[in-house]
Amino acid sequence: MRRALVALALVLSACGQVRPETAASAAPTPPKARSAKPPADPYPSSYKPYPGPLTAIRHATIYDGEGGRIENGTIILDQGKITALGGPDLAIPTDARLIDGQGKWVTPGVIDVHSHLGDYPSPSVAAHQDGNEITGPVRSEVWAEHSVWPQDPGFSRALTNGGVTTIQILPGSANLFGGRSVTVKNVYARTVQGMKFPDAPYGLKMACGENPKRVYGNRNVMPGSRMGNMAVNRQTWINAAEYKRKLDKGENVTRNLQLETLAEVLSGRVLVHHHCYRADEMAQVIDMAREFGYKVSTFHHAVEAYKIADLLAKEEICGALWADWWGFKMESYDGIKENIALLHRAGGCAIVHSDDANGIQRLNQEAAKALAAGRRMGMTISDQEAWRWLAINPAKAIGVSDRTGSLKPGKMADVVLWNGNPLSVYTRPDKVWIDGALLYDAADPQRRPVSDFELGQPGEGDVK
Amino acid sequence: MNRLPLLHRAGRAAYLRRGTLAALLAFGLITPADADTLAITNGRLVIGDGSAPIDHGTVVLRDGRILTAGAQVTIPADARRIDAGGKWVTPGLVAGFSRLGLVEIDAVDPANDTAANGSPYGASQSIAPAINPKAEAIAVSRAAGVTRAIVAPEAGKGLFAGQGAIIDLGEDMDAVTQADAFQFAEYGEMGADKAGGSRGAAWLDLRYALEAAQAVGRGRAPLNGDGRDTLVLRRDAEALAPVVRGEQPLLIHAERASDLRQLLALKRQFPSLRLVLVGASEAWLVADRIAAAGVPVIASALNDLPDQFERLAATQSNIGRMQRAGVEASIGMIDDSDTRQAQQSAQYAGNLVALTRVPGATGLDWAQAFRAISAGPAEAIGMGGEFGSLRSGRRADVVIWDGDPLELSSAPVNLWIDGVEQSLVSRQTRLRDRYATPGETGLPKAYQR
Repeated sequence: MRRALVALALVLSACGQVRPETAASAAPTPPKARSAKPPADPYPSSYKPYPGPLTAIRHATIYDGEGGRIENGTIILDQGKITALGGPDLAIPTDARLIDGQGKWVTPGVIDVHSHLGDYPSPSVAAHQDGNEITGPVRSEVWAEHSVWPQDPGFSRALTNGGVTTIQILPGSANLFGGRSVTVKNVYARTVQGMKFPDAPYGLKMACGENPKRVYGNRNVMPGSRMGNMAVNRQTWINAAEYKRKLDKGENVTRNLQLETLAEVLSGRVLVHHHCYRADEMAQVIDMAREFGYKVSTFHHAVEAYKIADLLAKEEICGALWADWWGFKMESYDGIKENIALLHRAGGCAIVHSDDANGIQRLNQEAAKALAAGRRMGMTISDQEAWRWLAINPAKAIGVSDRTGSLKPGKMADVVLWNGNPLSVYTRPDKVWIDGALLYDAADPQRRPVSDFELGQPGEGDVK
Repeated sequence: MNRLPLLHRAGRAAYLRRGTLAALLAFGLITPADADTLAITNGRLVIGDGSAPIDHGTVVLRDGRILTAGAQVTIPADARRIDAGGKWVTPGLVAGFSRLGLVEIDAVDPANDTAANGSPYGASQSIAPAINPKAEAIAVSRAAGVTRAIVAPEAGKGLFAGQGAIIDLGEDMDAVTQADAFQFAEYGEMGADKAGGSRGAAWLDLRYALEAAQAVGRGRAPLNGDGRDTLVLRRDAEALAPVVRGEQPLLIHAERASDLRQLLALKRQFPSLRLVLVGASEAWLVADRIAAAGVPVIASALNDLPDQFERLAATQSNIGRMQRAGVEASIGMIDDSDTRQAQQSAQYAGNLVALTRVPGATGLDWAQAFRAISAGPAEAIGMGGEFGSLRSGRRADVVIWDGDPLELSSAPVNLWIDGVEQSLVSRQTRLRDRYATPGETGLPKAYQR
């Protein structure tokens, strides 16, 4: 768990200016009254899909990402969208580019809801540590997109080895309120705006447990305990509710970025992604969300989700989980390999996530390990059903399931053609389309992205 | 080297059988008819030395060692027999570079013995006394088929981390196969940092320490007889004496091609040195030189990110390209969850097989990939005669799997270490069983076990 430890060390070593601030001081102090209405979309997406010809993949095994499976299937991509899906008899337009999927598999592009590509990019030098605004436990005013470096070489590995087409990039977990996430298409661009998934809702990163209380407790700044975590959280929500009340009543208040994001959560427009390992803490957060009238979209890491799988299912909160990470810190000690499958079996929304620039390259393998563990304890889960963990479930968690996350006509043509069974260790992506554009082709070195950073370096353009 | 004599180890295996017999009987793992000789027949047999799997193969275990294994095997009359029913039968996996047994929880300092940043000693530290056979990571790794591990300390104040150990992952309290089996040191970015800030200083430190070891080896003070024992402590110099004599391998971690090349030059000044390179993400760029030097490499299999400037050319094809160039390259997991995730060894090896189907990539065929997590690392540290394969005379570390051992869906169903069948239960499986049904019934979960 060196990576986790490195992140931990960075958290510990980030001894920037400590602001003697608690959430209470974050309350707005309006010097003069004026409109606080935030602009609708101040950093809008400029992403434009790349062109792709009308394409038909035939004779493949297809997992649709919602639990469906088609043998000897056909899928048609046109104008950036999936236009048709069916068996061998599906009519194919005569001018379609034909791709033989014999012996291969087609799935929706993999979605990772927990990545730090761009805000903790490679190379992971001190100058690149942009994922934690570690100057105060409440930093809901920061936006991950303002840290993301679009030249992170990690994006290319996630594409070519992992078949990842959509990524939610989150702030880190040093703070109780870490800031806004950004969801991107895994398509290199000169700017972050050029990668942003059009009209994807924002997320708010929050964190339970060890990290915030350690980071701030070590500085004699609240929180220094789990109860301190909750107290700062609750006081902050009280402030946010008050801010929202004034906004809703049309009162004039000065814009406050920190509370603006929280008010958006209370309005249901920003989705909460809460880093939380322990079952008991997740239950506390569920009650807190009820206290303040918001909903948690997803618990991230949640190594103890299996202990409260019934509760998570009832509350319709997703769990974004690892297959087999455990023990790298006290709150991860009870991690078990059956976590994902147990949440799934309880009827919950299980997601395989990475939180890691290496793991994001093998999310399909992580799903396979989790599936195997579930089957070994006697569960009956089909391969295509398990693929939900990489497709429709993560799409729901980040609020884009109406546009991607499954192979349904009308949805974005985010598609992976795998060179075999994608739950096998011996399988890799053969081709990846994003919005219908072929952006990776194993057989074509020209369809292998090379970030600016790697240009002119040893290994430029190599298979990775 | 102070390798334990064969008989001693066999004796230990017999002792273990006595010591744990009651427990094994209680768990139903063995029958009272258990004999000293066990024949596992009708397996898809993997020897672990790079040879192709053998269908309907047999392996015979006697007194904690492999008696014989192959297609045509004479089974001793007194042997107890297990029909593997066509399942895969392999040597136990070897964690090629690990920190297993040193840590319960990484971020809990008192439960983490990987490094001693506050100690003045480096090379003379020995990791063997720190090994905890009851560390949960050992049980978890064992359940994933890992039976032996190369365990290295982390560097503290200086480049030299100390003497690593070879351990088995058995349930018993006697984990150390061989203490002080090798010396481990850092070079490259971390070595430079330890040496004060540059590779130039690190290079000086390396040679200085080895020169001091030569001096004490000749009965002189660590510093060439000038009477002043300055930067290298006598204890450390003494610990390095078997390294310069070539009696103890020196594992050095470096990543950048130029660093690896530089390290090969150590052999010019210290010709007896038994160098093993660790990590080595850019080794493919200098594979010919490494091959010519006859230096084995225990490499990180899946590093493919330029996450440090010393790894700009990292690619998963590294091991494949090295092997193609003639390097004895195997898989280790330095700084990659190396305290607890040896359970991913088989997955890593499987990924190298996947590369054989990616245009432009260089992978390993199945048998070579398996060897990279069995005989490969054992050979790299000069202990291929002891473990890592099912060749005659090796320790009887044997696994029966429910499928292709490199495949993600597979797991061990039976596992022996030194000929003793082992439990595959871990704290994780206990938690799984407790929460197999959600919600409390009758009594709290705390009463359910």
